[in-house]
Amino acid sequence: MKKETWRELTIGTINLNAGNSITNLTGTWRSGKKPEFIEENCIQCFFCWLYCPHFAIKVEGEKVIGINYDYCTGCGLCAEECPPKEKAIIMVPEEIKLAEGR
Amino acid sequence: MKTLKPLNGNQTIAEAVRQVDIDVVAAYPITPSTAIVETIAQFKADGLIKGEFVCPESEHSAMSVCIGAAAAGGRVMTATSAQGLALMWEMLYIAAGLRLPIVAAIVNRALSAPINIHGDHSDTMGARDSGWIQIYSENCQEAYDNFIQAFRIAEHPDVRTPVLVGLDGFIISHSTEIVEIEDDEEVRRFVGEYLPIYPLLDTSRRFTVGSIDFTDYYFEHKRSQIEGIENSPRVIEQIGQEFGQKFGRYYSFFEAYHLDDAELVIVVMSSAAGTCKEAIDELREEGLKIGLLKPRVFRPFPYQKIAEALKDKLAVAVLDRSSSPGAFGAPLFTEIRSALYDYEKRPKIINYIYGLGGRDIKVEHFKEVAQNLVRIATTGKIDSHVGYLNLRE
Ligand code: SF4
Ligand code: SF4
Repeated sequence: MKKETWRELTIGTINLNAGNSITNLTGTWRSGKKPEFIEENCIQCFFCWLYCPHFAIKVEGEKVIGINYDYCTGCGLCAEECPPKEKAIIMVPEEIKLAEGR
Repeated sequence: MKTLKPLNGNQTIAEAVRQVDIDVVAAYPITPSTAIVETIAQFKADGLIKGEFVCPESEHSAMSVCIGAAAAGGRVMTATSAQGLALMWEMLYIAAGLRLPIVAAIVNRALSAPINIHGDHSDTMGARDSGWIQIYSENCQEAYDNFIQAFRIAEHPDVRTPVLVGLDGFIISHSTEIVEIEDDEEVRRFVGEYLPIYPLLDTSRRFTVGSIDFTDYYFEHKRSQIEGIENSPRVIEQIGQEFGQKFGRYYSFFEAYHLDDAELVIVVMSSAAGTCKEAIDELREEGLKIGLLKPRVFRPFPYQKIAEALKDKLAVAVLDRSSSPGAFGAPLFTEIRSALYDYEKRPKIINYIYGLGGRDIKVEHFKEVAQNLVRIATTGKIDSHVGYLNLRE
């Protein structure tokens, strides 16, 4: 994508392309760990959804159904906050795959 | 109709606020600017101000409210001093970076420690790189006039940059003068209606204010911010002229007092300039060709204009009411000395730090400076580039 010169920018850092963070795949920031969802342990308390800083908890039909790895940074907050004794989210090692050219 | 009123500096600022159709005032009281906030609160209680008056829990919050209100599309002002301005620090940069035309009255006061409530310029000089336009006032009339013009400058579409107006703590804020207060309607018409470009209250358009920039955009956004203040000189000049045509008091970047034929020059801002004029009158009577250059606008710094005015002089003393510990002289001095660098023929130039914590500066002290300038002009020798005036050595 061609980046604007300073003269082309809108005044005052105004970003007219609101909502464009969807194009920023923060999942590429993960380094070594990712959350894993274990459906049978889940009590549907939505804590993970509330705490996730990147809206990476997948919800369908008012139910938590897993993780969106395109945006999950692997911060671990969801696993930390998940209340059941047998946690429904645990952090597991992940091989770091570097996208081509990165 | 114009009326003559006995008012102090704080009251003149409040009068100006009453006249400019303000949308939001957010301020936290601090000496010596408290009376500005107090008087505005009274105006609000008496129904003389239609806008909102917000009294937050700190100056940091006051500036934050100003930023929110200005981003929403309002005409916004605040007032503070010293530690209050220091507490606004991080928000000052945000106001400038977001190009929000907030106007602030800063009643100049020394920064702690040691704690002190009196006038010096260390507060606003410390904010000189925050991106705000800075205008300084010699007396109550100038404080009033500058404050009214500040809205026009800040809100000009090519500028859209916050403006602070400085007036010296106590010396101006608490001294009563006869001030020409212009007609309410005339002031309102002069300032005009403010048309925000991207007000957040306009829900018909989708946009984000204050999103994050990484290495790819921060630099471009900063450069575009600088353009706003760099566009401001012609606007400041034009509005100063327009104000003069309308109200009879003309303003530009600096005031020249017996400057044209002067060989020796004292440069000093704000209230001390009044005392300096007195000293110059007396010295002129003694036959000394001495003049005063009183900067009014410090940001953007009118370096070409000031250098042009000073380049043919023999010796210049720049007086700063702040210090920049460890630097080669105080802010005004370094700016002016640097501005003269490209001229082959240029004056000898020295710096005096004066009046910290409200220490008095009298006619006799300006005469002491003049004597040193005479010595430098005749011998061509400078003993010390940076001196301290009226300090117990
Ligand atoms: S690890 Fe962090 S970013 Fe990923 S889903 Fe959990 S809370 Fe969200
Ligand atoms: S916090 Fe744990 S239990 Fe609660 S909804 Fe999320 S995964 Fe399920």
